[in-house]
Amino acid sequence: MVTLNVNGKQLQADVDADTPILWALRDTLGMTGTKFGCGMALCGACTVHLDGAPIRSCMTPVSAAEGRKITTIESMSASRVGKAVQAAWVKHDVPQCGYCQSGQIMSAAALLASNAKPTDRDIDAAMSGNVCRCGTYNQIRAAIKDAAATLSA
Amino acid sequence: MRTAFKPSRRNFLKTSGLVIGFALPGAQRLAEAATPAEFKPNAYLRVGADDRVTVVVGLSEMGQGVHTAIPQLVAEELDADWTRVRVEQAPVDEAYKNPIFGIQATGGSTSVNGNWGPMRKAGAAAREMLVAAAAQTWKVDASECRTEKGAVVHKSGKKLSYGKLVAAASKQPVPKEPKLKDASEFKIIGQNLRRLDTPQKVNGSGKYGLDVRLPGMLTAVLAQPPVPGGKAVSVDDSKAKQVKGVRQVIQIPQGVAVLADGYWQAKKGRDALQIQWDKGANAGLSSEGVTKMLTEATQQEGKVARNEGSVGSASGAKTLEAVYEAPYLAHACMEPMNATAWVKKDGIEIWAGTQSQGPNQGILSHVGSVDPKQVKVNTMLLGGGFGRRFAPDFTIAATVLSKMAGKPVKLVYSREDDMRAYFYRPASVTRFAAGLDESGKPVSFTARVASPSIMEASGFMKLPPDGVDSFAVEGVKDVPYDIPNLRVEYSRQEPGVQVWFWRSVGHSQNIFFSESFIDELANAAGKDPFEFRRSLLGKQPRYKGVLELAAERAGWGKPLPQGVHRGIAVAQSFGSYVAEVAEVSVDKDGRPKVHRVVAAVDCGEVVNPEIVKRQCESAIVFGLTAALYGRITFKDGQVEQGNFDTYPMLRMSEMPKVEVYIVKSKEHATGMGEPGLPALAPAVTAAIYKATGKRIRKLPINPEALKA
Ligand code: FES
Ligand code: FES
Repeated sequence: MVTLNVNGKQLQADVDADTPILWALRDTLGMTGTKFGCGMALCGACTVHLDGAPIRSCMTPVSAAEGRKITTIESMSASRVGKAVQAAWVKHDVPQCGYCQSGQIMSAAALLASNAKPTDRDIDAAMSGNVCRCGTYNQIRAAIKDAAATLSA
Repeated sequence: MRTAFKPSRRNFLKTSGLVIGFALPGAQRLAEAATPAEFKPNAYLRVGADDRVTVVVGLSEMGQGVHTAIPQLVAEELDADWTRVRVEQAPVDEAYKNPIFGIQATGGSTSVNGNWGPMRKAGAAAREMLVAAAAQTWKVDASECRTEKGAVVHKSGKKLSYGKLVAAASKQPVPKEPKLKDASEFKIIGQNLRRLDTPQKVNGSGKYGLDVRLPGMLTAVLAQPPVPGGKAVSVDDSKAKQVKGVRQVIQIPQGVAVLADGYWQAKKGRDALQIQWDKGANAGLSSEGVTKMLTEATQQEGKVARNEGSVGSASGAKTLEAVYEAPYLAHACMEPMNATAWVKKDGIEIWAGTQSQGPNQGILSHVGSVDPKQVKVNTMLLGGGFGRRFAPDFTIAATVLSKMAGKPVKLVYSREDDMRAYFYRPASVTRFAAGLDESGKPVSFTARVASPSIMEASGFMKLPPDGVDSFAVEGVKDVPYDIPNLRVEYSRQEPGVQVWFWRSVGHSQNIFFSESFIDELANAAGKDPFEFRRSLLGKQPRYKGVLELAAERAGWGKPLPQGVHRGIAVAQSFGSYVAEVAEVSVDKDGRPKVHRVVAAVDCGEVVNPEIVKRQCESAIVFGLTAALYGRITFKDGQVEQGNFDTYPMLRMSEMPKVEVYIVKSKEHATGMGEPGLPALAPAVTAAIYKATGKRIRKLPINPEALKA
């Protein structure tokens, strides 16, 4: 049994210590907004924040999260940055199949939380770990810039 | 090659009808089930007393925007208030058959094409009934009433919203031939309306197949045979059963499944299995062997797919020959294949992101030995489809497992399982020969295509008597250029791997082949590749239209930054015409960089221009990913790729600027999920030729060969 702080709530999960955060969230806690894409930290679909920093939850065991704060897509609208990112995603109608977008939004929100005015290179660096098989990269870029503008206004 | 799959294939698409019009057989019956609080004129829409319009869509939403485009068609003719329109996924029912396929399934860029008429009629019929209801209520003639934004308005100014007319409208007869609007009256069709599925896709609430959770459900992970057609001869599951959370180990024709409380335990259990495999007939399969088999086949005469004039009699002043090759490709949908099945006493229920819910109902009834009516298919959101989710391998396996386990079972493919589960775009080799006359005009063109047959692999089609698989030759067979002597042949070759439909199907490789060879001809003739094509497209106005528009918008012929070069290609697939111009540079290590792609599209009348553009851009990324990286290879029968490290995807930092321009057209609306893909690779490789003088005839592009 491990105790995880997810989106501000202390939750008990009956999983082994080596279980990736992804599967504790999805299978044990029933929070399916965080997606499984590769299981090897190669696609970013499973991105969540650990103490505010983006991590690949498919490769990070729950043991690494004890005493730390996990933030997922389900609580993005609760933060100023998360809200702005989601609004920009809606404005630009970014998603196609949408499956990668939880992870994209988590990566984008982490970028904007630490860098209010990201350049194209900053965006490339922060977002190149997130695959979008539907190819929405240009819309993601536009939405990030839009969210940055909203946040600095 | 997969034993459990075969018996079911016969059922696949068995109930195929032909093209059906508005009077879809189930439409009226479903309509009659309406509760009085709603007006439900047919199976495709409901109007609530709260003015809410629900459009019920039988097609699968896999990113292509069909859950927005279909509601736009209905809402247009209904004169609905778009802000009150929502979309609902339909169950499996005859009413939702794809009018082009005759089955309930999504693919082949058919959705808008096939539903352009039927869904508009569905909306128009409802509108006429609402008008009749209002006229009756007001005791006026219907001709004195018009509709706007979800309300009927009388010429006196009286107005009733559709919600207020629900009861009265339900009593009106359903018009058989409702009047459709003229395109000049469109207010919703042709607009860049927001996708209805966006909100749930930005807050994590959208439910994909993988997100299904049922009480008492077990999660299954499968140990698949390492070689196509292999079989487990002995299984030692003692270690697997020691993994905490593992409940059962079940052997099925597709492999050995470990069932556990969750994915992680199931995967750990699966990895702990010790299995002896009989690799079977494909143990020696290698990519070199496939290349050899296909290449040699193109040296022999094949079955004739097209024959005009006499290629033998016209050799021309200058002759060219070239052999092109494309590899097997995996779809690599972002969401790995999965399905949740529950075989109960009185029937089967399945939850899956599937493109073929209709056929699945039949197939799974066969698997579970129940009546098709006892199979309920719940279509979830699809985390990508691209043809892969047309296949029933994962739904069949999940159903078999649930039946054997006696519980609901969610079968999940790991990324590696997904990539190694076959259903690949076929490998293909094409040998071309052509002759040019003194003026550089092509006088003869021969193409010999060798590849596996998707028709035969599909399980629901057969090679026609002429022996030509139309999927194998599409894009080569229909070269649009004015060439008097033209011959295309096909040779079916089966290396032993299950092949399948992959975004744009045969066009995905054949347009690369044929358009590249045309580029070679232009070069041999000493002509500009755009002008060369243009001069041969006199009888093809739609091809010519997109070619000219793309060239114009790309600034064809105008100077480019140092080291950047342009290539152009044009294609028609699924009735839509697309030309693309790519701007590419190649660095010292031979790595190409695509800076900008300009596309011009003619897909007839357009329902949602922004969705058309996005789909085109999406297909460009898909095509570019394949051109740069896509390759499934075999060694000793085993697939060498497994995850995104060995089967890379295009990333943000590599994304070119993309511009898509739409030709104004009055032609029938056609789909855009696939047609943006085929022209990309030949446009890029033509630009690479300009940059390096090296002709890419084999995909993916090999930077080694392009080194300075
Ligand atoms: S699922 Fe974690 S990075 Fe792909
Ligand atoms: S929207 Fe489909 S993978 Fe990104």
